[in-house]
Order: sequence, then C-alpha cells, then structure tokens
Amino acid sequence: MLDYGKTLLSIRDLSVRFATYQGLARVLEKVCLDIKSGEILGLVGETGCGKSVLARSVLRIIPSPPGKIAAGTISYQGEDLLQISETRMRQVRGNRISMIFQEPMSSLNPVFSVGNQMREVIRLHQQVSKKEATRIALDMLRQVQMPDPAAVLGKFPHELSGGMRQRVMIAMELSCGPDLLLADEPTTALDVTVQGQVLAILRRLAGEKGVSVLFITHDMGVVAQICDRVAVMYAGQMVEVAEVKELFSAPAHPYTRGLISAIPGAEGEKGAEHLYSIPGVVPGLIDPPEGCRYHPRCEKKRAVCTEQTPVMVKLHADHDVACHCCGPSREEGRP
Amino acid sequence: MRILRYILRRLLYVLPVLLGVTILVFFISHAIPGDPAQMIAGPKASRQAVEEIRRSHGLDKPLPIQYLRFVSGLVQGDLGRSIRNHRPVVEDLKDFLPATLELTLAAMILCLGVGIPLGILAAVKRNKLTDHLTRVFSVFGVSTPVFWLGLMLLLLFYRNLGWLPGSGRLDIMVQPPPQFTGMYTLDALLAGQWATFANALWHIILPAFCLSYVYLAIITRIVRSSMIGVLGQDFITTARANGLSEAIIVLKHAFKNSLIPTVTITGLSFGELMGGAILTETIFAWPGMGKYVVDSVNYLDFPGIMGFTLMVSLVYVLVNLTVDVIYAFLNPTIRY
Amino acid sequence: MDAAFTSRHPRLRELLLTLKILSRNPSAVAGALIIGIMAFMGFSADLLAPFDPIRINLSERLNPPGWGHLFGTDEMGRDILSRVMHGARISLRIGFMVVAAAGMTGSFIGAAAGFLGGRIDNLIMRVMDVVLSFPPLVLAMALAAAMGPSLNNAIMAVAFVMVPKFARIVRGEALAVKEMPYIAAARVSGAKNFWIIFNHILPNCMNSVVVLATLTLGETILIAASLSFIGLGAQPPAPEWGAMISVGRKFVMDQWWYATFPGLFILFTVIGFNILGDALRDVLDPRIRR
Repeated sequence: MLDYGKTLLSIRDLSVRFATYQGLARVLEKVCLDIKSGEILGLVGETGCGKSVLARSVLRIIPSPPGKIAAGTISYQGEDLLQISETRMRQVRGNRISMIFQEPMSSLNPVFSVGNQMREVIRLHQQVSKKEATRIALDMLRQVQMPDPAAVLGKFPHELSGGMRQRVMIAMELSCGPDLLLADEPTTALDVTVQGQVLAILRRLAGEKGVSVLFITHDMGVVAQICDRVAVMYAGQMVEVAEVKELFSAPAHPYTRGLISAIPGAEGEKGAEHLYSIPGVVPGLIDPPEGCRYHPRCEKKRAVCTEQTPVMVKLHADHDVACHCCGPSREEGRP
Repeated sequence: MRILRYILRRLLYVLPVLLGVTILVFFISHAIPGDPAQMIAGPKASRQAVEEIRRSHGLDKPLPIQYLRFVSGLVQGDLGRSIRNHRPVVEDLKDFLPATLELTLAAMILCLGVGIPLGILAAVKRNKLTDHLTRVFSVFGVSTPVFWLGLMLLLLFYRNLGWLPGSGRLDIMVQPPPQFTGMYTLDALLAGQWATFANALWHIILPAFCLSYVYLAIITRIVRSSMIGVLGQDFITTARANGLSEAIIVLKHAFKNSLIPTVTITGLSFGELMGGAILTETIFAWPGMGKYVVDSVNYLDFPGIMGFTLMVSLVYVLVNLTVDVIYAFLNPTIRY
Repeated sequence: MDAAFTSRHPRLRELLLTLKILSRNPSAVAGALIIGIMAFMGFSADLLAPFDPIRINLSERLNPPGWGHLFGTDEMGRDILSRVMHGARISLRIGFMVVAAAGMTGSFIGAAAGFLGGRIDNLIMRVMDVVLSFPPLVLAMALAAAMGPSLNNAIMAVAFVMVPKFARIVRGEALAVKEMPYIAAARVSGAKNFWIIFNHILPNCMNSVVVLATLTLGETILIAASLSFIGLGAQPPAPEWGAMISVGRKFVMDQWWYATFPGLFILFTVIGFNILGDALRDVLDPRIRR
C-alpha cells in the first residue's frame, strides 16, 4: 500500500464562503490537497474546521445558498469538477466519486426499502435491468458482510441497526465501482465494537477494489488504524499533510503536535491522568485571525505569523507543512 | 399482516368514539333544549299534541331508556321523521347525499390537484417571490368567509361576466342523466351523454372552487412546511451525492416523505370541507345535505338537523379512519 | 421601566423582550395594526359612526356608495358603514368571549388530564376526541340550533367546540412539565395537585395557549359569522357582519355593496388574527424556536 499511485484528484486553492446572519464566513481558505490512487487519506481537525465542507465541495453538494465556492480548482481525470456542467457532475456523483455520511440513522430515506434505494443508484449509473441491479445489490451486501442480504433488500432503514445501515451505505456507494469514496466520519455515530467492524470492512474493500478513500474523522486513533496518509486542517486552512507514521512520530506544525499530545495515552512520557489540551479556542470563521489562523493559540508565534498566510511547503518527500516557524526555510528565516 | 393488525386496532378505537358521538348527539337533541317533545311537535303544536308525541316517542321515560331507544333506532337506520315534510330523515339525507358527495369530491380534487403542486413549488422556491405569493394566497384562504366568497364569485362570474351559471346542478332545460351514482357529472359520463356532462361540469365549477379555497390554503401550507422540513434532511444530501436529479429528489424522495403529514391534515381538515359545504350549497342553491340542513334550521326541524349532524360526523370519522390506513401504508416506520 | 425593576420580574422582562422581537416582525405589526384599527372602530363606533346603525330611514333605501353614505345603505335605509363599524364591536366581543371561555376551560381540563394522568386522563381525552369527531361548524350549528337562535347561545356553542383544541395542546405540555424536577420538589414539599396545576403547569403552557388563542380568535369570528349567516347567531337588526351578509345576499345581484363590505371586514379582521398568530408562533413556540 505504500507504493504511492499517481494523483487521482487534485484540489488547488479552494475557497468556500458561507453567508450567515452575522456575516460572510470564510469556511475554506485556499485549501490544497492531492488524493492518490488507491490510498486512504485521513482528514482530521476539530469540529467546524471545514472537513465536511471540503468533501462536499468535491461533489458540489454544499447547500447553496448560503454556501458558495468562491475560487479554486478540483481536477479529476483532466477535468475541473468546478467548471463542468451540472448534468456532467451528476454522472460523477455516486458513480465515479461517492460519499457516505456520519449519521446512518438519517442518511437513508425512511420510506423506501433498502433494495429500492440501492437499485435506484445502480440503475442510474449503469445500464442494467432491474434483475441485474438486484443481483449487484445483493453481491455488494455480501461484500460488506451483511447477514442475510436477500432479506435486508426488502427491509426499511428503521428495521436495521446503525452498523447495518452504515454497511448498506458502504455497499450502495461502492456499487458503481467509484474511483474515490468520501467518507465523512462514517463511524463516529456507531458503538465502539461496531466501529471496528465497519472500519475493517471499509479498509478491506478499498484495498480489494483499489478505491481511494478520503476518510474524515476527528479521532486520531482511527487515523492511525486505517490511513496511509493524513491531512490536518485548522479553521479552514490546511496545515500539514504527511505519511501517517511520519505524522505521528515527527509532527511539524504546532497544531498537529497539540493534537497528537491530546490523544489519551499518546506516545510516552506524561502520566495517564495528565491529558494535554491546546490552550485557547477555535476562532470564528467570519472574522478569522490574519495570517496563520492558528497564531493566537501558537506557542511559537512570531511577528510574521500575524501578517502572512503561510503556504504549503515540502518538508521532505511525503511531508508538507504550512507554517512560518517549522518549514525547511526556517534556518534562512532566522535573523 | 402488520398493517391488518394496525387497521383492526384503529377500528377498535373508532367504536367508543362513535358511541360517544351518539351520546353527544342524543344529549344535544334530548337534554339541552327545554322540551324535546315540543321540539318535535313544532312551535305551533297544541298542548295535547305535544303530550301525545311525548308518550308516543317515549320521551316521558328516564334518559338512559330514551338513549337506548335512540341507539336501537339508529342501528336500524331510523333518524326520526322530518317535521317539515314528515318523511324519514334517512330518506331525505339519502336523496341529498350524492349532490354533496359530488361537490365535496370535486372540491377535494381541486384542492389536492392545485394545493400539492403549489406547496411543493413554494417549498422549492422558499423565500422567493413564488413563496411569498403562495403565502398571501393561503392566508387569504384561511381567513375568507366561505359564504361571502361564494357571493363575490356569483357577482363576478355570473352577474358581471356571465361566464358561469349561478345556481343548481344543471340548466332547467337539461334532463338529469340516468341515476346510477347520483353524481350528475359521473352519471352523465357513464351514460355517454356528453352535453349533459359538460352542463353539469359547467355548474359545479363555481361552487367547487368556492368550497375548495379554504381547504386549498390548508393543504398548500402543510405541503410547503413539510417539504421544507424533508428537504433539509440528511437523506436528501445522500440522494444528491448519489447523482439523482433535482426533479427526482423533490418529486420522489422528498414528496413521498412529506405525504405522511399531508395525508393526516387532509383527513383532519375534511371537517372544514363539510362545514364549508353547508354554506356553499346555500349560496349556490346546490341541492345537497348542506342546503337541506340550513332549510331545516330555518324551519327549526330538529330531526333533520340532528340526522345531518350524526351523518356528517360518521362520514368524518370514517374519512379519518381511511386516512389512518393510508398513513400506515405510506409510513413504514409506524408502530403497530 | 428601569432595568432594576424588570430584572426583579423575569416574566415581565420576557414579555418586554417578546414585544421587542415582535415589533421588528412586519407581519406581526400588520396583524396587530389591523386588529387595533378594528378594535378602535368598534369601541368608538358610537362617536365615530356617521349614522345610527339601527334606525330606519326608508327614504334612503339601497343607496349606492357615495359621499353621503361611503358604503351605501341597506334595504331599510341604514348606513352600511355605521353598521359595519358597530359590527366590529360585536365580532370582537364574540371572539374574545369565546376564546376566554374555551381557553380557560380547555386549559384547565388539559392540565388536569396531563397532570393527573391514568384513567382520568384517558376519560377526558376520549371525551375530547368525541367533540373533535364533528366538523367544528357542524357541531356548533347543532348546538346553537338546539339552544335556540340567539347570539349568546351561538357564543356558548362555539366555545364548546373550541375547548378540545386548548385541552389537547395544554395536556401535551403538561405531560412534559410533569417530568420536571421542580414538580417533584413541589410534591415533596406537600403541594396539592390543584396548587401545582395553577402555579406550575398552567404558567408553563402560556406561550402555546397565547398562540393558539390568537389563531382561534380568527377561526371563532369566521364560525360565529357563519352561524349568523345561516340564521343561528346574532339576529337582525343587530349589525353583525354575518347577519348583514345573510340579508344582503338577497340583494347581491343589484346592490353589490350590501354584502361586500361586511365580508371585507370579516376577511381583514380574521387575516389580522391569523398573521399575528403566525408571527407569535414563530416567536413564542419553543418547538419552533429550537
């Protein structure tokens, strides 16, 4: 898995704005991210940092109004997803790029049976008969290790448990053989034991089918468990992207370090009782801090941090960071 | 199977309600007014006649006995005799029922046919001009006195423009179609009498529109608000992420969900429609049960009024029972 | 009122806040304005109305609207504008009396049902279900007919029909409030059921009751006018709007103004209550606020 494929999807300078009653919220600010073929890329950050909006922007399904993609490009197979027509975009959604959501309770339509909903998606993107669609759906349910898949097809969402519903979602979203699966905290709402099962299924299927996964979570433990690379976001900005072992062993950005120290029982030193927490609060996105948005909470803050937005620079082969204080240029930067 | 059990439970629940309905009607007709015998005999009857009626109707017996007699009469389809024409009230109601049914059904079709699309449109175009216009339209709807609206429609479309007929179910020169359902439009269609059908349709337009307006406003409102609620749900985002077109999302995924509250309100507001029928039929001289009861009121014909009340309540309860059954089919999450 | 005073009276503070929010809501202001105008017209009709609403003047029968009679005259030569103004008082009085009676009775019944629970609750709510299984206008008509055609009987009939609406909504809230810890605390400290209902349950339901009452006022005015129209409410020559339309109906083809103006007044009064009620619901109803 560590032989990195070529870039599948490339996000450049993506900015998203939301109109709110208080003013214009700058929810994403010049975000750059590459997703490679066949990898599981973790996307972490605190609640409200723009992870979900990033994933939804890829599919152009942010609620609009109030949301608006203000600038940037998302290139996928030689096309800019932000420029293609809505009709063309619909052929991408659920087919080439699909998405599963956090709430298994409400992500399936309560008044249609599981089979009905799965068949609808399959037949939307593949020219197959109803019978063939049922066969594909059954096959997919088997692949997510659903017990008694034939019966599940006839059931309504409320008759299934949360874990089963999430498996249905995975089966449905992988049924058209997508290149990329956007998984927005798919296990957060599940019980811990079920969480493990669903993660295992997701990881195995992604490997088997060669699907790239953008795995959004705020759980660093889950990241360590299934991801190949990790991207860290803070308040609408991308702060660090690295190979997973590298990130845990040598985090560069002060925010990433804070995140890792905040994991209970994280590598080493401090006693189990002492849980680290990053001082300060997440800034509002309507009038965010100038320059690096993390600077009000940063221990290493310097004058430049409050003035200039740091750009993503390569630390080494698989480690990028956006920080004035810890980039490779830090030696030159010193007076 | 589960649905069957659900229907059975609803039926069991309806029985005590129906019993309560008979008790209430009994109390209204036997207990509230000063003297029921005087009521039946009419205001001008002699004392002897009143006493005669008191004995022959068993009104000198204790109330519980009277109630039992009342109910056993009901079970046999006996609603008493009209004071006006001395015919059994049941017979009268039977004669007038089809006209009322035709009018309410026409109004219902109009309501659902216009109200649902309008509500969906308002929800999709939320806070746009269409939505605001729909809101004005429905506020006027729930605030307009039906009888006044009827008069205004007559004034405009009959008196001033002369586009539509102002009263009755057919022109005087037109023969009613052969009686089958008693609904002229339907009967004319069944008999293949196109001219009669056109004439009957012509006559029903104004009263049906008048009757439907209040109800239309209610339906539009509930469809709009439930559609707005459903369109904000997660599964709609899922549907979008799966590449479904906006039309399918709105008309299939969202609409089927919003039908659930809509159906309930449709049943509950059916009462408005029946209350409205009383006024509409009076204005448009539509020979239905509503006009019959207003005539009864003017004559203080109590058996007529009470028979109508009981009948309407029965229809109302049954409509809501049907609605509950439809609800059970629409809503898979219902608990049995 | 200074801040210190309002801070000592939290309910008053809440009321002032609500009024402030409402004053920024255009439909609430419009609704209140319409009702205000109607109320003003009704209560100062004796002073403002240009003519006596009852006195017959046969030399001026069925005059069309003009400078002498803005809304024209009726078949007895009475000024329709003056009658319509006096009618505002009748209709508002009917509305407020019905809503006060039904609101108080229904709220108490609902609070008792919800709070006491068990068999009493079951019985009360089944009775309410029975009342609700009649279309409102039909039941009101039957009751009014049985009691005899008069305005007071019509008021009682409509009030009876409206009781379950209040009972239902208050019962729902009472069920929720009942589970609150302070109710248990009140019980432990020896409070009687009655006391708890009046001091804890009912005050907590005030918001929804106010919203419902406003919307019901509109509905009541419509039903009462309908009853008068079919001859069961106010009796001529009382200048009640529905009764005026009932008579005016005979003249509608040639004297359009007779039935038109009273109807417009009903329409606008009811619109006033409906849009104010909708706005109140947006502001007060916790279920929507959430």
